[in-house]
Order: sequence, then C-alpha cells, then structure tokens
Amino acid sequence: MTLFEGRNLDRQFGGIHAVRDVSFAVEEGEIFTIIGPNGAGKSTLFNLISRIYDLGGGSLVYDGQDISRIAAHKVVGLGIARTFQNIELFENSTVLSNLLVGRHSRGGPALWRELLFTPAARQSEIAHRERVEDVIDLLDLQEHRDARVGGLPYGVRKVVELGRALTSQPRLILLDEPSSGLNPDETEDMSYWIQDIRSQLGVTVLMIEHDMSLVGMVSDRVLALDHGEVLAIGQPEEIMSDPRVIEAYLGG
Amino acid sequence: MHVPMKTSYNDDIRLVRQRGTLVWYGLLALALLAAPMYLGEHHIAQLSFVGIYAIAGLGAMLLVGYTGQVSLGQAAFMAIGAYTEAILQKFGVPFAASLVLAGVMAGLMGAILSLSTARLAGIYLAIATLAFAFIVEEVLTRWESLTNGSLGILVRRIQVGSFTFDQEWKFYYLSIGLLVLVLWLMINLLRSRTGRALTAMRDSEISAQSLGIQLARYKAIVLALSGALTGVAGALYAHRIQFITPDQFTIMASVELLVLVVVGGLGSLHGAVFGAVFIVMLPQFIVLIRDAFAISTSYQAGLDAGVYGLLMVLFMLFEPQGLYGRWQKIKLYLDTFPFYRKATFRRQRMFQKSEQLR
Repeated sequence: MTLFEGRNLDRQFGGIHAVRDVSFAVEEGEIFTIIGPNGAGKSTLFNLISRIYDLGGGSLVYDGQDISRIAAHKVVGLGIARTFQNIELFENSTVLSNLLVGRHSRGGPALWRELLFTPAARQSEIAHRERVEDVIDLLDLQEHRDARVGGLPYGVRKVVELGRALTSQPRLILLDEPSSGLNPDETEDMSYWIQDIRSQLGVTVLMIEHDMSLVGMVSDRVLALDHGEVLAIGQPEEIMSDPRVIEAYLGG
Repeated sequence: MHVPMKTSYNDDIRLVRQRGTLVWYGLLALALLAAPMYLGEHHIAQLSFVGIYAIAGLGAMLLVGYTGQVSLGQAAFMAIGAYTEAILQKFGVPFAASLVLAGVMAGLMGAILSLSTARLAGIYLAIATLAFAFIVEEVLTRWESLTNGSLGILVRRIQVGSFTFDQEWKFYYLSIGLLVLVLWLMINLLRSRTGRALTAMRDSEISAQSLGIQLARYKAIVLALSGALTGVAGALYAHRIQFITPDQFTIMASVELLVLVVVGGLGSLHGAVFGAVFIVMLPQFIVLIRDAFAISTSYQAGLDAGVYGLLMVLFMLFEPQGLYGRWQKIKLYLDTFPFYRKATFRRQRMFQKSEQLR
C-alpha cells in the first residue's frame, strides 16, 4: 500500500529551480532513501513535504489524503515527523523535556487545567511520560535523560532528535542526513536504529543520506536527485551502479 | 551532594523534589509571615513592592525569559491593569472582581497585540511592543473623560466587605500572598505541555512548528498571560501608590521590568523574584551613588537611565544567567567542595545564541 506520494512536485526560489517535477511514492513499511549531490534539492524536498515551504506546483498525498495545503504545524498530527540536517533541538532544555515536546501533537489538557495542575493534567502528563520512556529505552538514552541538550556530544544529540520525532508516534518519519557528523561506530548504531524503527515500531522511513554504506545497508529503494530532477528510482545496487548517478556525484 | 533516585513519574512532576528544599522554603515562609513583627513600616512597604514587582517580573519572565519574545512595552500592561482597577473601583466594583478584571483586560490587550506582532521576532518585536506602550500611554493621557488625563486618578484603599487594607502589614500579606499564588500557577504552567511549547519556541521556532506547535496561537497565549500577570501587578501598584498618572508608565518602567528579568536571570522563576528584590533596592543604591559623587538631583533622570543601561550591559556580558545563575554557582561550589570545576557552566552562553535574541 502506498503511504506517501509526491506528484510532480515543483519549487522555485527566484531564478533557482530547486525542485523540478519530482514524483515518487513511498510504500508503507519501506525504507526509502533520497540521494544526490549538494544542492540537488533534497532538503527543499523535505521542507516541501513538511509544509515549511509552499509548493510551487504538484501535490502531496499522504494516506490517500491531499495534504498540499495543510498548515505546517498540522503535519505531525497526521503522523509525519521529521528531523533536521543541522539538529534543531531545544538547547536549554533537558533530553526528557525535548522528548516531551515531541508529544505535543498528541494533545493535552485545557490551559486552565494546566495552570491549576488538576488531576486530569497530572494524568495526561504521566501518560505522555510513559510514552517518552519507551523511546528512551529503545534508543538507550537513559544516561542522558536529565542532561541539558546543549552540553551533549553531537552524536547523542542526533539520537535525541530522532527520539523526539519518534515520541510523536509517527507513521512516516523523515530523516534528514541521520549520519552526518557521526563517526563510523555511531553511524553503524544509527543504521540499526533505523531498521529497528521500521521493524519494531512499524514506521515507514523516508530519509536523505550521503553515506553510501548506510544507504546500501538499510534502504529498500533509492531515489537519486540532481539539479532538482529525478535521475533514477530503484534498488540500492542498481542506483549506485547507474552511470548517470555516478556522473552526478563524481562530475562528468 | 544529593543524588535523586526516581521510582515514579511523579518524581519528575512534583513541586518539591527533595526534603531539604521543603525545610528551606518552610523557613523562608516563616520569616515572611513573621516579618511585620520584626521589620519597621518602611521595610514592610518595600517588601510589598517586591511582591508587586515580582508579579510583574514573572509576567515579563514568561514572555522574555521563557518564550524569548523581547518586550519593551510591559509598562503598558501595568498601566492597563492599574487604570482598569482605578476606574472599576470608582464604579463600586468589589476588589476581588476588579482585580481579576484588571488582569483579564490587560491579558485581552496582550492577545490583541499579538494579532499584529505574531510574525515578528527579536528587535522588531521589541519595537512593536514599544509602539504599543506609547499608544497606550497616549490614549490614557487623551481620554480625559475616563482617565482624567495627566491629572491622574486617586485610588482608594482596598476594601473587601468591611475589611479595609488600611495598614502596611495588611497590604504586605496581600501582595506576598498573591505572589505565592502566581508562582504556583507559573510552576504549573511550566511543567505542562503549554510551558514546554513556549520554551520550545524560544529555542527553535522551526522545529517547534514541525512538532505541531502553532506559533501564532502560542504567541497569543503567552502575550495574554504575560499581560494578565503584569496587569494584576499594575492593579496592586495603583492601590499601593494610591494615585496614578500616565507618566508613571513610560518606557522607563518597561525598561525597569526588562532589567529585572535580565539581572534576575533569564529563564528562571527564582530570577524574577531576585530581580524584583534588586529593582526595589536599586533606587536606594542610586541615591547612595548620587550622594557619594555629589551629583545634583536635577540629573536624577539621567542617572537612573544610565545605571539601568549599564547594569543591563554588564550582566549580559559577565553573568548572562543573572543573579540566579550566580547563586546556582555558589551553591554548586559549596555542594561539591573542593571539586568545583569552572568549566561546569561553560556552555551557559548558549542562551544568547538562541534564535530569538540573535
């Protein structure tokens, strides 16, 4: 079953045609990777999907529903969570409260109940915390639980950001370069977590990635993008041996 | 040093997490309750002002310290609260109702203000709130039929039933009592979903939005709450001063509240209270400087502004975490003696890098 589909996606910034007529479909339960050289339009594509940018043309279909016009803050409520290429965590809060913000889209008590901290507010708070602890367990973040994010090493922050996206209980998760800035060990851990997310939580993964070993290890299908256009979609081995892709990456 | 052992989700939620804290706050509460017995009239009056300023400061702290929305217009909320209270009292509205309405009125104005400032951040927001403050001041001066213009309004003492707050200590208990209530509401807010949404907006608007936080809505909520708290403080202020004119609520009053949160320590409730103590003590301190350097009183206005500005710059440069940050360092130093490392707090300056204040 197709979970997410981009149809003829298009976006220009002034004279730059960042994304040009891009179409692809992500199947439920799949790990789908987008690769491409710098400036190929990968991150723009993510920002279009998470509705931070408006579409210049085309449409986004998620779970049979057209989400091309939906407000950016409503995207996560539908079940699409994301991470950012350069980590956008809440630096001055603890890991725990960062993950709790991830629960925002899952609702909470009315403002007056929060102000008076009524039993209903406490119950909702505890329920959210239970879900967050599940994610902390899954990603082995126990030792950093109460640490301020601003003081954590880069590799851990990357995991925290992944965790924050997971606490919203998404069906589709968008990972923007999950391995950038990680050392080989951390990258390997990341690849296991991405596979766990799919197999244990049943979350569909759409990711942007440069590390070809990671791409080859986890991806079911790969889309190669260059100059905002689709070069090829297919199995990882096919794509990585495709002469056009090699040319785009290495220069012709 | 105390190492907490958590066994339930409530351990992270409860108000008092360590027994020791309870003891210290208990002692503080006793000292405050007994204060009228061992302090003179003047000092009790000063403490009432600390209560009022702390409430206004908590309003500013929520907005500036927790949400990263810099406001130069807090005095306008104070003015709206003070005038609402004064006018309602003239019409014979009982205090309990008029105090709430003063807060509601100022909160409503905050929500309305947010309609036009929702897309602004940083310095642009500061200027927009400054403009708002000027408009409010101007309206209060010109709308003479309601506000008596620059002649001001006399405000009577607070009367609840047959009980009159006619002595310093009665007003003192009221202002400290309200401060405790406001603190409790703030703690509750900050340990809930809305409070986390506010700090999330401060640190990264883009990821806050991607996590489902509707920025415009939460900016309206925070301006309304901040306005309401500051309005309540304004109402108390009106009763304390007993005479209000528009020129008590100028840009200097807004700057005073901004100095309060910066000096107290951005992003902490303790900071708002510390800052309030500091702001109430500051005029005496300025008088000391004035006398020491034999500066003529005709330069008083310039001296006030100069000291506020200087303090703000010095704290931003040398102690961005304010008095509360300094206090925490001293506490940690004593807790871990002799193992304190200077580098423990090295990353604190990250706060200045926050998107909102850039």
